Amino acid sequence: MSATLDSPVKVQTFQPLSGRRKATNAVATVLVSVSVVIALVPLVWVLYTVVSRGLPAVVSATWFTNSLSGLLPSSPGGGAYHAIIGTVVQAAVCAVFSIPVGLFVAIYLVEYGAGSRLARVTTFMVDILTGIPSIVAALFVYALWITTLGFARSAFAVSLALVLLMVPVIVRTTEEMLRIVPQDLREAAYALGVPKWKTITKIVVPTALSGIITGIMLALSRIMGETAPLLILALYAPFINTNLFAGPMGSLPGLMVDQLGNPTDAGTNRIWGAALTLILIIAVLNVLAKVLGRFSSVKR
Amino acid sequence: MSDATTESVSSRPPSAPRPGGGSGWPTPIPEAPITPTTTPARSVVRPGDRIFSGLAKGSGIFVIVLIAAVAAFLVLRAVPALQRDQVNFFTSREFDTTTNVNALRFGILDLFGVTITVSLLALVLATPVALGIAIFLSQYAPRRVVGPLAYVVDLLAAVPSIVYGLWGLLVLAPVLNPVGDWFNNQLGFVFLFSRASGSGVGGTIFLGGVVLAVMILPIITAVTREVFVQTPVSQIEAALALGATRWEVVRTCVLPFGKSGFVSGAMLGLGRALGETIALYIILRTSSSAFGYSLFEGGATFASKIALGSGEFNNNIVAGAYIAAGLVLFVLTFVINSLARAAVAGKKVR
Repeated sequence: MSATLDSPVKVQTFQPLSGRRKATNAVATVLVSVSVVIALVPLVWVLYTVVSRGLPAVVSATWFTNSLSGLLPSSPGGGAYHAIIGTVVQAAVCAVFSIPVGLFVAIYLVEYGAGSRLARVTTFMVDILTGIPSIVAALFVYALWITTLGFARSAFAVSLALVLLMVPVIVRTTEEMLRIVPQDLREAAYALGVPKWKTITKIVVPTALSGIITGIMLALSRIMGETAPLLILALYAPFINTNLFAGPMGSLPGLMVDQLGNPTDAGTNRIWGAALTLILIIAVLNVLAKVLGRFSSVKR
Repeated sequence: MSDATTESVSSRPPSAPRPGGGSGWPTPIPEAPITPTTTPARSVVRPGDRIFSGLAKGSGIFVIVLIAAVAAFLVLRAVPALQRDQVNFFTSREFDTTTNVNALRFGILDLFGVTITVSLLALVLATPVALGIAIFLSQYAPRRVVGPLAYVVDLLAAVPSIVYGLWGLLVLAPVLNPVGDWFNNQLGFVFLFSRASGSGVGGTIFLGGVVLAVMILPIITAVTREVFVQTPVSQIEAALALGATRWEVVRTCVLPFGKSGFVSGAMLGLGRALGETIALYIILRTSSSAFGYSLFEGGATFASKIALGSGEFNNNIVAGAYIAAGLVLFVLTFVINSLARAAVAGKKVR
């Protein structure tokens, strides 16, 4: 009796993993890790290509100060001033229209609509708008603004097409930010007798402001590289034109498409220079967005 | 709650006998009924409120009207061109809008074929990688690197598509040439990999598909990951407690739970691929060969064809032919995006 008790108890040990399961696990680990590397390769490769090929043009003295006006395709020199102006102006005009619409749609969805039938339909339509190809947006503006209303092709028409692409991005990010504003803040304001619209403009939106601005920056960086509306709705100009409603206007993507037909070295340099300039602008917007996001007073 | 009870008791008329109450109870001192000092609060609707909610609601309606207007105006402008179409719009492989402006001959069969082929190729290449990244980021990666890695993958989406097009044509194509040759030589008997004309992969559907795959990778990854990270921790821990390896956790918990997210992400990626314009315009315009059901031929998608035809947009009828093609593209992306949203509808936590 005592002998049984004194003998050490043999605990049944865990069976080691079978070789097959171990191998499967190892293979899976390698595969998912490799897939991350596969995603990084094109990013690094694209950025390296753009920087290395675009640098000669961008560091030239006249790149940020001159246009390509009066230059032969093959002659070096000139700059992208006209294109930068065009891209920035078109994006700014687009933002002027998109930001109020986007903000109000998001405010409606979060503060007023909440669960109503109209809000559900609106959410669905915003989803559809998110997926609308830029060329279809351009065709719509062509069909409405140019053929039906009879206006000329212009930079303003491009901005209108960009509005269709920018609004859904702003709605999505703003909606997300408004939803994480604590309900207590709204209730505290109501308890003090603050009207709803003042609660929204003075309490809710300011609380979420940095996040909203981050979203606007990201939306801007998305539309700046859009090229399809430029092809359909505006003509490219190698000179400076700041008139939104008349005449051709330069833009960075427009410059790149235009110089594709220029087989000389000068043309190639300009293409990659414009690509690098565009990516630099987008990078600045992204970094600004990131920095502003850090100051956000509401956290996800 | 207690206040309300007290009030209702004290405001009871003193003469009313309490049910079951004895006579020994002292009669409560009558109190004046509580009257509000101001008029009862009808909710005051201030003009500011009315204007603001009107603006908000109006913007919501504006978005709905916008989508309706897109469809309406595309139809409006496509009809005159379709009426003059000399061939069947859906079954013709021709797209001739220049020879005779009054007798247009345009059909979308080839455009449809190229669009679907290039998008599906991109999807086939991108989905396994996106799935891998989503699994890695949600289950394998240390917490510290998840944020930065996800940000880097998202950066892929920040690069403008025109830059991808240039990179694909000028940098990637020479590198992929040997791959293309290998497919032609080893698998050339399959129609997909045969090559009738030309050499190199520049300007082919194959190159377009590879570049598109890179471009749709971030959206598929983001949507898939969003659902994968919602896998209930209890399920994962239960699997681990039963002795499952990491991969077995993924296979038995994460994948079944996140399947809808993956399907939705792939659909959204497909929607992106169908509508991608400028990268494919740059790549496909360098080849003049027509669609021949092979990956190593050229062709034009809906979007790249419209972009190519941008020079013909001086004539409203000719533009209508392209708008008709754009309308088909709009319907196609509308359907795909709706399906994608439906797939993930129940899973999205706001």
